[in-house]
Amino acid sequence: MLAVIGAVPDQLFPLTHGPVRLTGGHLVINGLKLPVNRGTPALLAAAVKASEWINGPEIYAFLVGDIGKGEGSRQLYRFLTEHLSGFDFQVLTFHYLQPDADWHNKVLFAVETMARRPVLIADAGFMYAAKMSGQSPCYDFFTPDVGELAFLADEIAPHPFYTRGFILHQNNNVPDLIKRAYQHRNAAKYLLVKGEVDYIANENGIIETVDNPSFDSMEAIGGTGDTLTGLLAVLCGAGFKPVEAAVLAARVNRWSGCYANLSPATQVAELIGKIPPALSKILDGYHKDKTGFL
Amino acid sequence: MPVFSRKKEPDRNKNEKRSVDRGILVFENTSEVIQAENILKKSGWSVNVMGPPPEIQRGCDLVIEFPLIEELNILRELRNAGIPPLTVVPVTAPLLKPVDLFHTKDFGAYLMVRAANMKITVAKEDLKIVNISGGGCPDVPYLAWQMVGKTLEEAPRPRDLGHTLCGYALELAYEELRQKCLP
Repeated sequence: MLAVIGAVPDQLFPLTHGPVRLTGGHLVINGLKLPVNRGTPALLAAAVKASEWINGPEIYAFLVGDIGKGEGSRQLYRFLTEHLSGFDFQVLTFHYLQPDADWHNKVLFAVETMARRPVLIADAGFMYAAKMSGQSPCYDFFTPDVGELAFLADEIAPHPFYTRGFILHQNNNVPDLIKRAYQHRNAAKYLLVKGEVDYIANENGIIETVDNPSFDSMEAIGGTGDTLTGLLAVLCGAGFKPVEAAVLAARVNRWSGCYANLSPATQVAELIGKIPPALSKILDGYHKDKTGFL
Repeated sequence: MPVFSRKKEPDRNKNEKRSVDRGILVFENTSEVIQAENILKKSGWSVNVMGPPPEIQRGCDLVIEFPLIEELNILRELRNAGIPPLTVVPVTAPLLKPVDLFHTKDFGAYLMVRAANMKITVAKEDLKIVNISGGGCPDVPYLAWQMVGKTLEEAPRPRDLGHTLCGYALELAYEELRQKCLP
């Protein structure tokens, strides 16, 4: 089973956890309906859609309402520290949560008490907290965009908002930013950097890049990074090795965009609807030509 | 000093050098920082939103830097507005500076501005906000939900609804976009 942990943009949404379904364009968890837009709901919708299509594992979620005040996030952090040891997941993906280094450390400690250590993926606010706490190497994947990569590369920035200018100026030099992030131990075992070109890297350097098909518009569309992280989680859970999972996820995300006929005004739900044909195309190609892959 | 007289000279401290004569106001949360900044800037004070020094253990991830000589007046104004700071500390070391670099991307019919990790895109034809992307704090999906589909003039400002550094970065991107698109 795969689990996703994050916040939803509704202050009244209660802390809840359970299997997630996608019904009529809405996510449903414990009888509660959620619209699919961006953020953690977009990640979850992409993961559910993909996992259903490949007969993959069930998607489980831990969710709470938080509109930025942090109360919901802290409630969820507390719940995780108290209860995570009783769960068993193959993959655990942390997403939109109020960045908080102290709570992050408590949650990471709770993960270490789980019977089986899951593949750990961190994105969005929880990735910021992981970097701030100095525990980045404990994670299997970080999935930053280029702006967030610059933050990882800046050893003193506590948030992307404070990334220093001389590092931000290197935005077009992703390889150097990756190198700098690893030099300061501010990267996970693998990085999947989302952008015009998607980079898959580890501490030894860039392993793979994915740049086809290419759409400028994707950068503007809220949620396309979230869908990529959702696809990565599902493919890791389906047994693909980390680099394979990252390359395939990047390709599927791009082809979903291609089938959705993107413009900067496209909403991410349109892209999520195209995940099944994109998965078919990429996985068929993978199975036919496994020897030539990577 | 009455408020109206201060408003007549909004830039009196504009060129003041930052050194030991600056202090920081520490608040409980980012929403209070944003409110306090709005109030102080409207009244003409020379203040800057900055990152807190590591030794500050209380408060949130933004502080307001201000001229120490004006401490009493500024505190009075904030108390009157109902948002007194948690504490006031002199600046003894360089503060983290928020991003001030903006990237603009022209898609033809659409224009996107990025500040730090936040991006906002409008349709040039009607200035409708078509997408907001990036960010990792939980107010980002909420802000996007409130703003997407509205024009730049109709949409609520991120500084009024946001609570986090991502929300503040979106405010900067939004303001830059307004400067580029609105007369």
